[in-house]
Amino acid sequence: MVHRSSVPLFWRLKESKYRIMGTKCTNCDQPYFPPRYLCPKCRRDGKIEQFKFSGNGEIVSYTIIRTAPSGFEKLAPYMVAIVKLDEGPQIAGQIVGDTDKISIGDKVRSVFRRMYEDGDSGLIHYGFKFQLAENDEIENNKKK
Amino acid sequence: MTTKVAVIGAAYTKFDEHWGKSLRDLSTEAGAQAIHDAGIEGKDIKAMFIGNMSAGRFIGQEHLAALTADHAGLIPIPSTRVEAACASGALAFLQAYLAIMSGQYDVVVAAGAEKMTDIKGTDAISTLMGAGDQQWESSIGLTFTGLYALIAKAHMHKYGTTREQMAMVSVNNHKNGALNPNAQFPKEITVDNVLNSPMIADPLTLLDCSPITDGAAAVVLASEEVARNTRNPIWVLGSSQASDTLALHHRKSLTEMNATKVAARKAYEQAGMKPGDINIAEVHDCFSINEILAVEDLGFCEKGLGGKFVEQGSIARDGIKPVNTAGGLKSIGHPVGATGIRQVVDIVKQLRGEYGRLQVNGAATGLALNLGGSGATAVVNIFGKEQRETYSTF
Repeated sequence: MVHRSSVPLFWRLKESKYRIMGTKCTNCDQPYFPPRYLCPKCRRDGKIEQFKFSGNGEIVSYTIIRTAPSGFEKLAPYMVAIVKLDEGPQIAGQIVGDTDKISIGDKVRSVFRRMYEDGDSGLIHYGFKFQLAENDEIENNKKK
Repeated sequence: MTTKVAVIGAAYTKFDEHWGKSLRDLSTEAGAQAIHDAGIEGKDIKAMFIGNMSAGRFIGQEHLAALTADHAGLIPIPSTRVEAACASGALAFLQAYLAIMSGQYDVVVAAGAEKMTDIKGTDAISTLMGAGDQQWESSIGLTFTGLYALIAKAHMHKYGTTREQMAMVSVNNHKNGALNPNAQFPKEITVDNVLNSPMIADPLTLLDCSPITDGAAAVVLASEEVARNTRNPIWVLGSSQASDTLALHHRKSLTEMNATKVAARKAYEQAGMKPGDINIAEVHDCFSINEILAVEDLGFCEKGLGGKFVEQGSIARDGIKPVNTAGGLKSIGHPVGATGIRQVVDIVKQLRGEYGRLQVNGAATGLALNLGGSGATAVVNIFGKEQRETYSTF
């Protein structure tokens, strides 16, 4: 897809996609992710500043994509959820791990992952996905 | 506003995988049929609006407004393309309605067309996903089936809606569509067929989803003065549009479409009607779950009881609120830009009482709901056999 190969498009979103950097209106204290640069509540009275999100949240709804769009065919089946971040905003993200262990209300944390590739010689896109928080315990136990 | 507007001509092409016909062929065919149906001449038409989502990506063709007017033999009249994803058709209708209400024109064509099968399936899925948030939904591998699957999961979790109830939506619409010679898939299916078809995005299977389709639809709208002298005008009683967040994840609720509720409330106000006054409805069943949300958000049943409403047979052609009486998007097909106009055509034919074996007896009022994306645009149009006296303002 032509638009996905765009270097500037990818580059200007890297702060948000790599670090979950959003914004916050300091007038009404509302955080925004993905970032908004006009506060819909305060409008011109709003004062927008950068705001870093923790990447922790909870699954509001989820699905398992089995018929994938261009660029994602090799990944299918993969899980996608809407995650309510601890700071309030909701965001869609892929969930890594076993497809039979997910349910609504599960706690998740963000992880940095390869998202997709533009063919054999195109850009490799990175960004955040989410991992079930209970997997942390499993991994910690392995280390012990 | 004292002007009244009626639909005086209506038609749509066979919805199908039309390898032998291009977008311009299909829109010209639908337009010519609608003008013939209206009993007017091409020279009577003062302006046209065409709904189309993505000819640029489906067939590499932009500037459809002039192209369509050109091939319809209607140049030099003004022609405008309208885009709001899958709601492009109904929005073209709304613009045509407003153009007549403004007093600028007395006869206007509203058309919709989409040619989706010239590119391969995965590219069509990606193109459709242009209706979602490109930066934050498409880029993580979400599809439209995926977005509606997220809605379905949330609705099942909150209200106990079942897979079987969703399947019954598809079964109902195919039962109606089996009577429609213009439908892409005019055949009946069973609940088992739906449940056992391939899973696309849990919990939605292939037969919960509307297909990829080529097709075009057109209607002729006229002012009261012109319409009064035509054979069987169907009056526009309300026409309204509302917006919501483009991305699904920004919605306050995943289990209702606020744009539908707002657009419906305004359209009911304009018509001076309540949900109970609507005899038949065409709703946007791009995915089965969406018809369940629609009957709730339009006020046909209580919030959360849409699944039961379907299960009780309320939406059947002999039920209390016949929905998608000609087959809906599921059975007729969903050429995205054409669907909103196709819905109007089906309502008009029902209200005229001339729909042959598709006819629902006694239908005098009808409502059409057309949605764009995952519900970021909703357009509600209400029609009646008879004029009504009052119009409130927008």
